Amino acid sequence: MSTDSLLHTPLYNLHVDAGGKMVPFAGYAMPLQYADGIMAEHRHTRQHAGLFDVSHMGQVRLRARSGDVDTAALALERLVPADILALKNGRQRYTQFTTQTGGMFDDLMVTRLDDELLLVVNAACKEADIARLTAELTECVTEPLSDRSLLALQGPEAELVLAALVPDVKDMVFMDVRAFDVDGAPCIISRSGYTGEDGFEISVPSSDVERVARKLLEHPSVKLIGLGARDSLRLEGGLCLYGVDIDETTTLVEASLEWSVQKSRRAGGKREGGFPGADIILRQLEQGVGRRRVGLSPEGRAPVRHGTKLYADEALTQQVGHIASGAFGPTVGAPVAMGYVDSAYTALKTSLFAELRGRAVPVTVAALPFVPAGFKR
Amino acid sequence: MTLYFTKEHEWLRVDGDSAVVGITRHAADELGELVFVEVHQTGTVASAGDAVAVVESVKAASDIYAPVDGEILEGNAALSDDPARVSSDPEGEGWILKLRISNPEQLSALMDADAYAAFIG
Repeated sequence: MSTDSLLHTPLYNLHVDAGGKMVPFAGYAMPLQYADGIMAEHRHTRQHAGLFDVSHMGQVRLRARSGDVDTAALALERLVPADILALKNGRQRYTQFTTQTGGMFDDLMVTRLDDELLLVVNAACKEADIARLTAELTECVTEPLSDRSLLALQGPEAELVLAALVPDVKDMVFMDVRAFDVDGAPCIISRSGYTGEDGFEISVPSSDVERVARKLLEHPSVKLIGLGARDSLRLEGGLCLYGVDIDETTTLVEASLEWSVQKSRRAGGKREGGFPGADIILRQLEQGVGRRRVGLSPEGRAPVRHGTKLYADEALTQQVGHIASGAFGPTVGAPVAMGYVDSAYTALKTSLFAELRGRAVPVTVAALPFVPAGFKR
Repeated sequence: MTLYFTKEHEWLRVDGDSAVVGITRHAADELGELVFVEVHQTGTVASAGDAVAVVESVKAASDIYAPVDGEILEGNAALSDDPARVSSDPEGEGWILKLRISNPEQLSALMDADAYAAFIG
């Protein structure tokens, strides 16, 4: 793909100035890494604070035409299996847009803030998500926030950095969302992210984002971090990447994401089902599934990557699964992976074999996340 | 000793009928820090263009190809513990393997340092 045809986020010039190696991602020219490289950027985020441009992601405001946010919450529940009605003001929750066959069109974050719901969806899916919301939720107004950018500030020093500009962020806990001015720009800050570290996502008006980003980068703890490290960080954090770990062919139960379906939407709950594919999902929640996403630790140093087949036996005759995400984990100091395996092989420490360049590499089923989460609960 | 370069961004330092093979600084910068290097078994006979080693960064795996016909004499054992040596010193301590050249006429098709510099622009 020619980089000429790619979209730019409002921080494109900042990336290029900072030595960002720009690559195509979901139709955007995005920084894969900067001069320090993926390993150093990954470690910096785990030890200090990393600043990520995630402005390619879709930010969408959902409001009921009646003005009643509960109406919008109930409407959204027709498309997602999470309990949105019970979501408290200023809180955020993870969920998925499900398909009629129980798969996933996308995964997303939903925030309730005063009289609206705010959604953050994946860049590659945002057009389809917005079209689906607009078509299905006719009692609501679906408004893409195309004039807003999104920054993620992640790592154990993220609070220290952001609190220098907005002292009250210290009072927020994981998945809290509040509106604040940052250096004069009206922002919406959530205490969340996708690295397994404590941190914040900051929705900023695009006209202010370069100034706010440069302000954050003035702090000695902060470095720009590219998509390469974002991927290895989220993999060590046991977090799914849409299009790689989950898609229209995987159900949330197969993907071990059932924690994201609250009791009220399950069999016997107050608002049981009522989302696409609910019959399949609710049955799988009760009866189990044939395969599950698990963590996997390959022996040795060689990364075992997406698509690699997994076998029960060293002779590689009985296939029992495949790798979805695999890479070298810079913090773990060893290869890490996630994959789908037949349910009989999901117990921790189960020994499997990956077919790597014609050889059998021992792989052990491992607990997720690979690196303990640093969330502020 | 003569130094040659390939379009696959490898270098080859020839001494008599043997050669040390590695990747260029340009390739090392493109790949980023390596986390794993594996050379095919010593004694493997390869034709020019055959994969003779694999190098992996956090992000991706890349093959290393035999620049000319030859037999693998050894891999750089130091890389199994410290693959990042390829990234920090690709044209020195980060060499990848040694080959016994079986068809020296093929060397004339490779580039010298000036031609390679022009090739990567």
